[in-house]
Amino acid sequence: MKVRQIGAVAAASVLALSLTACSDSASDGGAGGGGGGKAFKVGIKFDQPGLGLKEGTKYTGFDVDVATYVAKELGHDAADIQWVQAPSAQRETLISTGQVDMVVATYSITDARKEKISFAGPYFVAGQDLLVRADDSSITGPDSLTGKKLCSVTGSTSAQKVKDKYPGVQLQEFGTYSECVTALASKGVDALTTDNTILAGYAAQAQYKGKLKVVGQTFSEERYGIGLKKGDTATCEKVNTAIAKMISSGEWQKAVDANLGPAGFKVDSATNPPKQDACS
Amino acid sequence: MGDILSKYDVLGAFGMTVYLAFFSAIGSLLLGTVVGIMRLSPVRVLRLLGTGYVNIFRNTPLTLLVVLSVLGLTYILGLNLDPSSITGNASRWAIVMLSIYHASFVCEALRSGVNTIPAGQAEAARAIGLTFGQSMREVLLPQAFRGAIAPLGSTLIALIKNTTVAAVVGVAEAANLMAVIIENETGGLVVFLVFAIGFVILTLPLGLAFTSLSRRLAVKR
Repeated sequence: MKVRQIGAVAAASVLALSLTACSDSASDGGAGGGGGGKAFKVGIKFDQPGLGLKEGTKYTGFDVDVATYVAKELGHDAADIQWVQAPSAQRETLISTGQVDMVVATYSITDARKEKISFAGPYFVAGQDLLVRADDSSITGPDSLTGKKLCSVTGSTSAQKVKDKYPGVQLQEFGTYSECVTALASKGVDALTTDNTILAGYAAQAQYKGKLKVVGQTFSEERYGIGLKKGDTATCEKVNTAIAKMISSGEWQKAVDANLGPAGFKVDSATNPPKQDACS
Repeated sequence: MGDILSKYDVLGAFGMTVYLAFFSAIGSLLLGTVVGIMRLSPVRVLRLLGTGYVNIFRNTPLTLLVVLSVLGLTYILGLNLDPSSITGNASRWAIVMLSIYHASFVCEALRSGVNTIPAGQAEAARAIGLTFGQSMREVLLPQAFRGAIAPLGSTLIALIKNTTVAAVVGVAEAANLMAVIIENETGGLVVFLVFAIGFVILTLPLGLAFTSLSRRLAVKR
């Protein structure tokens, strides 16, 4: 009996200790935004060529360049940045639980998301487009899709838009865009649809160079923002200033050319570079 | 929660989950029984084939099998199960792969059921002149199924939950709708709760039913 009681007390105290440990780390994570030297955690995609791609220990892409520039303007050295993988479904949670300080991951500004987090930006305006095989001239835009097989990612906004607006199109959904690109290259599907920036990244990949092309008829507007903790207007203002500076200094154009240029991707100059929204 | 239920066809998505689970359960039960008989048969080649089947499919990730079926078999090799519709093809392949994968578990459950039968019964069956097929059909399998009810129930529950893997090829079942809702509404706890409850509603009664069945149908020895 005695042993059991002692055991229960020990278990309770261990539990209490671990609880305090938890709350400590949570408050640490929430302090993001200010102060140099400490790791600045940025959520990016790890699997999107041209935007956010992890190759070994190197991170490349337009989102990575924007994040690095903004972090520098906020007073964080490039060496202090800690990249965190931010899959689409987890972006809000990563921000609201303080596991990352900001998210720069092809993150479209939407009203539903604004209820959970705050957005700075936009830093780029993309649009839904089509990726087809280079020798395919039958698809010129969304209206020539009837009877064609289209591919996108399960549950994505692009997939939903095609289902709603173009019911005559057959849609194959996969878990990732890479699988769609494989199906497209092997002629299983006729086109892949999502944001033109993402498509350009795939068209520029070494193994598909010259085999795939972006159609260039956008049929939606995706405004990429930088996700921040809800209500953090002070950081939001600073990030907006940093983006504006990146654009006016020409660094933005350089990053676009370096990351999205190789695929022959033309930035829509009517909407780009974008003007930043007011922080709220 | 009511918001999500009224805006999205959650019931329809779970309907698809049940559809996948129903046909995969039948498929895996048939296939698993065949493989199980092969593993118990007196013919060495069949036994090796059965063992090979179980070891290959039990140790292959289901996601890999499902992606391979649509991406590899349909789009690269041209094996289309429903040429008129992409989603039809995807859901049929999902049923095929779920059946193949779970058949290895059904086979092992049945084998465990056969092992509960005293060896003397099989010997007695052969001694009175029954062939292998007859002794299987009349003596061993009926008792094996009754002895294997509990592990078969666990396999069925695992199968129902594993239907979520079909979302990776775009079958419109529960996990697919969950991805849609998270994309549109952002991933709150409520979304996960709705789908977790949905699966509990599907599996909990089954678990209870199989437990009571296994008790009622157990062969008293």
